[in-house]
Amino acid sequence: MQLKDIARILEAEVLTCEDKLNCTVEAACGCDLISDMLAFTKEKMIVLTGLVSPQIIRAAEMVDLSGVVFVRGKRPTPDIIELSEELGIPIMCTHYPLYESAGLLFAAGLPGWRHWPRAVGGSEDAP
Amino acid sequence: MRLEFPVAGRDFQAAGGAAQKIKRTLRQIGIDAETARRVGIVAYEAEMNIVIHAFSGKVGVDILPERINVFAYDQGPGIADIDLAMQVGYSTAPEDIKEMGFGAGLGLPNMKRYSDNLVIESEVGCGTSIRAVINLPTKEGS
Repeated sequence: MQLKDIARILEAEVLTCEDKLNCTVEAACGCDLISDMLAFTKEKMIVLTGLVSPQIIRAAEMVDLSGVVFVRGKRPTPDIIELSEELGIPIMCTHYPLYESAGLLFAAGLPGWRHWPRAVGGSEDAP
Repeated sequence: MRLEFPVAGRDFQAAGGAAQKIKRTLRQIGIDAETARRVGIVAYEAEMNIVIHAFSGKVGVDILPERINVFAYDQGPGIADIDLAMQVGYSTAPEDIKEMGFGAGLGLPNMKRYSDNLVIESEVGCGTSIRAVINLPTKEGS
């Protein structure tokens, strides 16, 4: 699945890094806590979150995430958008809540951490 | 080669900046992406622990031929029970910090998860020091 497919499925507005919409995404994680994100994501994954904070983008860069989707209609502040552009982390916004966003993507074939063969320690306590 | 950055307690605007510079430098000098990711996560968690819990501190790395040592030390309240702090889900972060997405009780467990060796020393009322080792992959890729 590509980032543009995620934007289409979630009816999301892409806010930054539109040049990366053809990037491949292999799995997704829904979380509102930074350390959960660091524990259960890696490159070629996206995060679905309702936490609007610059730290989401900073943490996303640490794990080489392919993108961040803000759910529940939440809008990132200008400093978050600026940081996203600086670090090259695509962000988009969807009106769907977290549970429904995850369900739509899972049903479309995008696995979570536990069902992703490349996950490290994926059989353990994944969210 | 040593990189070291000051970290100010409660400065959430700058928080994460030191880990970001460390990770970027590692990639620029040719360290592989997976090792840089592991070092970045450990450094980020160490930096955020200082921001959340301490008055001030430093975080950095020593880049050696076979491994990268991440270090962090702070002047702060210290950790009374390190074994308890290592338990997944245990957190002493105040409510206002948790509302910012921190305090999952995964900071120290994440540092252990992504390092090959982790040593934590702490004195209540003085501060905490952390040393983590991340081995570089061998040429055979193991």
